[in-house]
Amino acid sequence: MKLSDFERLSGAACLTGEHEDREIACGYTCDLLSHVMGRGQADMAWITVQAHMNVIAVAALLDFACVIIPENLPVDKAIIAKAQEEDIVIYSSDKTAFELVMLLGENGVPAAKKG
Amino acid sequence: MMIKDTYPVAAGDMTVAGDVSARIKRQMKRLGIPSDIMRRVSVCTYEAEINLVIHSMGGEIEFEITAEDIIVRSRDVGPGIPDISKAMTEGWSTASNEVRNMGFGAGMGLPNMKRNADEFSIESTVGVGTNIVMTFHI
Repeated sequence: MKLSDFERLSGAACLTGEHEDREIACGYTCDLLSHVMGRGQADMAWITVQAHMNVIAVAALLDFACVIIPENLPVDKAIIAKAQEEDIVIYSSDKTAFELVMLLGENGVPAAKKG
Repeated sequence: MMIKDTYPVAAGDMTVAGDVSARIKRQMKRLGIPSDIMRRVSVCTYEAEINLVIHSMGGEIEFEITAEDIIVRSRDVGPGIPDISKAMTEGWSTASNEVRNMGFGAGMGLPNMKRNADEFSIESTVGVGTNIVMTFHI
């Protein structure tokens, strides 16, 4: 599944603008950053309600395909600017984390394996 | 290829936590370090950096590349860890509620470091500080 497929199927809004149409290799949802550091891998889609600077740092360090913020939770402009600087794609969705996981799974995105 | 850089890490400022790890990752990328090693070093430097910001009174991270290894050293001035085996237990944390609300304090920092480094050593003196050395074979 590519990022463009995810956008089309979920109706999520891309907050960070133009980006490379990367393949989503796997997915994970968690709001504890050290769990994400332990589980994260390149090209992963990460669903989290956390929307602060450290989320961008984690996503950039592990080269994630995207970060998806569920339930239209607010994302600060400074966070979006930092994500753009680091080439991190952020989506905002009206769906819950559970609905987003189901959508990714139904479209063939596997769970991230522990690194 | 011999590189040895030291980066200071200030205590308390969560908004810049991760900047040192990002600089180290950029350097590894420039040097063409294999992606699996780069990922493991990034996890370890990030966890070490976050610990310095959250728990210490300030410290530094040293990044060294030799012909065979990458070595990351974390040194801080701070409260130290009274019981290292407890601190190495997954889920055990002394982080404040404030940083827990940001998704830190899961008690996975030191276990993540140990799991991702080829060699891991930690020594700590209560009231003085903590030193961690992590080695990755290239």
